[in-house]
Amino acid sequence: MTPSAGLLDRLHLLLARHEALRGYTLISPTLFVVLAAMAVPLMLMVAYSFWSQSYVTLDTTLTLKNYADVATRDIYHTLFLRSVMISGLVTLITVLLAYPMAYFVAFDVKKHKLLWLILLTLPFWTSYLLRVFSWKVILGYNGVINSGLMSLGVIAEPLQFLLYNPFSVIVTLAHAWAAFAILPIYVSLEKIDRTLLEAATDLGDGPVRRFFRVTLPLSMPGVIAASLLIFIPTVGDYVTPTLVGGTGGVMIANIIQAQFGKANNWPLGSALAISTMLAVTAIACLTIWLAKRGTGAIR
Amino acid sequence: MSDATRDTGRRVRMGYAALYLAFLYVPILVLPVFSFNDSIFVSFPLKEFTTKWYDQLWETPRLFDALLNSLKVAVFSAVFSTLLGILAARAMTRYRFPLQRPIFGLVMLPLVIPEIILGLSLLILVNRLGLTLSLYTVAIGHVLLCVPFAVGVLLSRFEGFDRSLEEASLDLGESAWMTFWRVTFPIVFPGIVASLLLTFTISFDEFIIAFFLTGTETTLPVHIWSQLRFPQRLPGVLALGTLIILGSTLLIVLAEWLRRRGVQPDKQPDM
Repeated sequence: MTPSAGLLDRLHLLLARHEALRGYTLISPTLFVVLAAMAVPLMLMVAYSFWSQSYVTLDTTLTLKNYADVATRDIYHTLFLRSVMISGLVTLITVLLAYPMAYFVAFDVKKHKLLWLILLTLPFWTSYLLRVFSWKVILGYNGVINSGLMSLGVIAEPLQFLLYNPFSVIVTLAHAWAAFAILPIYVSLEKIDRTLLEAATDLGDGPVRRFFRVTLPLSMPGVIAASLLIFIPTVGDYVTPTLVGGTGGVMIANIIQAQFGKANNWPLGSALAISTMLAVTAIACLTIWLAKRGTGAIR
Repeated sequence: MSDATRDTGRRVRMGYAALYLAFLYVPILVLPVFSFNDSIFVSFPLKEFTTKWYDQLWETPRLFDALLNSLKVAVFSAVFSTLLGILAARAMTRYRFPLQRPIFGLVMLPLVIPEIILGLSLLILVNRLGLTLSLYTVAIGHVLLCVPFAVGVLLSRFEGFDRSLEEASLDLGESAWMTFWRVTFPIVFPGIVASLLLTFTISFDEFIIAFFLTGTETTLPVHIWSQLRFPQRLPGVLALGTLIILGSTLLIVLAEWLRRRGVQPDKQPDM
């Protein structure tokens, strides 16, 4: 090795470092905002969860009392399990409903893909609050469905099972999060090499076998991404259970909100929020791990 | 596989797609349909056609205050999150540096944290700092929420960017600053506009974070929330909702069209 090559290497290194420095400088304002508005508040929330509060005075001696409360009180377990069950069902139903739709756009639509994609994502961008509210008036006791069926003479009495229960929460959420299911699944279907499908057909697979042996496994990354994008936020949803859930549809987020509102126990609310987030993250990681094992580490 | 079975499969999926679209759009069409219905109940059969619910909106001054507040917050959030998005997207595509992926992950993280957690943790921070809740605290929450969306939109624009154009400009004697304005900026401009429109809409419609961080001045969604408790105000909410949905739809169609113009649909990242 000649000395000049060594010098060149060093110059190269310096330039690379310089480039890294410029990269850091450029991203630092964004990073700062995210750290200041998300990371710091989250750490504060963690701190709060180890503090305690009596009436309005905050006691900053560290205690595990809040977590002990969360771990031992049945009401929190019930609500947490219900939230996870509802979100899990919502995720399953939303993904199952969205898959054929994404499949249709990826494989059957030839000319106007862009139009279809805009059409499918448009409802997602309109006000979440208004969409949930709309389901409330559709499913209500004197709502659109009941009054419609009654004026058509199909039913004599309004159907009671439509609103204020887990069913209405699931329908509303499956509608609200549809775009988060369609887009990732569509992207992974679109990426599939079409020659693989032809190969499967040439080698004698029928359409059904081909779907389960080629298309579905190859689209699993999209399905997993969609599941996580829906499951994680819906566990913490607060608007939907409040507007359409009734007493049977109350979820963990309602209790967390109450601790910061009427009940006025921020430390306990923080402990509930942190526990929920950790549990949801654990469930999400477990799902990814299982899915990866199940489908044989598809990339 | 015969052509006949293939066609049947297609037709079944086509029918399904139509049903699915109906499921997506019926809840949104309910609001406009009943907003012209002369009854305070949202139920069939439809009564007379009326525009009186819209006329009543004009006589609600608090509504206009809320609208103005929402516009202020949305403009602030759109401008700041888009600026931050430009910086991040440029840093991600133009440079390579250690810890790039983790930093990117951190910037995109607000996308998967429940909004209630983002809102409440910010509420704690504001409280600890002894600040009062105002439109600014709402706007800070919205900037945080909007940044991942801005980055996502802008990345797809910056990624398809041909570096040799910038190099050519520099070789031909332009300064780095002028190169940015005369070469880089025009190329990414549609992405910037798309990001502004998108983040504006997200902020304008956002409720959960605003609910926790709003002070005495409320935003429009918080105002609507307060109206939902009164059954007699329902038709007014329908009329207002119709106008909001109309506005959001126009902005989003414009944003999507700008963002995807000239970009192949199959090369889109998933946001």
